[in-house]
Amino acid sequence: MKRLITVLCLLPVLACAKEATPMAQNPEVEARVMALATELRCLVCQNQTLADSHSELAGDLRREMREMAEKGMSDKEIAEFMVNRYGDFVLYRPPLKPTTWLLWFGPFLLLAAVGILLLRYLKIRRQRLATEGQLTEDEHKKAEAMLQNSGDKA
Amino acid sequence: MNRYLLPLGVFILLLVFLGVGLNLNPHEVPSPLIGKPAPAFNLPALDNPAATFAQKDMLGKVWLLNVWASWCVACREEHPLLVEFSRTGAVPIVGLDYKDARVDGMRWLQDMGNPYQTVAFDAEGRVGIDYGVYGVPETYVIDRQGVIRYKQIGPITPEILRDKVMPLVKELQK
Repeated sequence: MKRLITVLCLLPVLACAKEATPMAQNPEVEARVMALATELRCLVCQNQTLADSHSELAGDLRREMREMAEKGMSDKEIAEFMVNRYGDFVLYRPPLKPTTWLLWFGPFLLLAAVGILLLRYLKIRRQRLATEGQLTEDEHKKAEAMLQNSGDKA
Repeated sequence: MNRYLLPLGVFILLLVFLGVGLNLNPHEVPSPLIGKPAPAFNLPALDNPAATFAQKDMLGKVWLLNVWASWCVACREEHPLLVEFSRTGAVPIVGLDYKDARVDGMRWLQDMGNPYQTVAFDAEGRVGIDYGVYGVPETYVIDRQGVIRYKQIGPITPEILRDKVMPLVKELQK
């Protein structure tokens, strides 16, 4: 009985063993491929990296990357291989080029625009306060009376 | 009144941007291969492992390369249209059976009809990777010089065939 239970417990392990994905022979290569794969987007499940995705295409692409890494291609060359096929979209860090200028510098442009608006607003407000903000003699007295009253109550 | 105009304007602009964003399909990633020579390949034919098909066999002709697989649900939806379209003989269609089993692919063509002039068999999906395939079915329009001119991601519909593929093919065949 005990033996049967042991065998039954081992069954799922056997099932998993079949599913294991092939890895590069060289652990260094495997580490490099996986590091690079975290920088690349899977096109099937677009919010996952190639390293995380379980889609078939991601598996195939990891296989291609392993083969390229084993051939001694640099990370840059492997990334280029991907970009040539799927476009800049596969890169999680988009490259700096004319079509991505707005993406890279847009936030700074927005910040500058808001900064200019804020400065202008502050300047106008300061001017208005300087001219309109002053209390007349009557208002001063009124205000003082009000303050005194509330002070008494407290 | 005036002080509400600016925020309202900004809000409407934001709505327009969001509206446009919602109507874009994130799965349609523009292919960097458009305007570039179709990647070279040489694959066995689906019905005959001894025969091969290479993309350069089609040089001098405008043709369609349709990537499909028997496991692909959207291909099932597209296939009758391709069969019907192939009867017009307007443009040769070459199939690329992507990551499939030979038997399944052949049975599919027997059951559903065969619109293809030839079907290349890409069991490991390597040619698919060279063509940047990520969502079967995909269809490429390739010109006489072997340059990719258009890529359809997902099934071809009668509208796409009428409004995009056919005008382009006619233009290229001139």
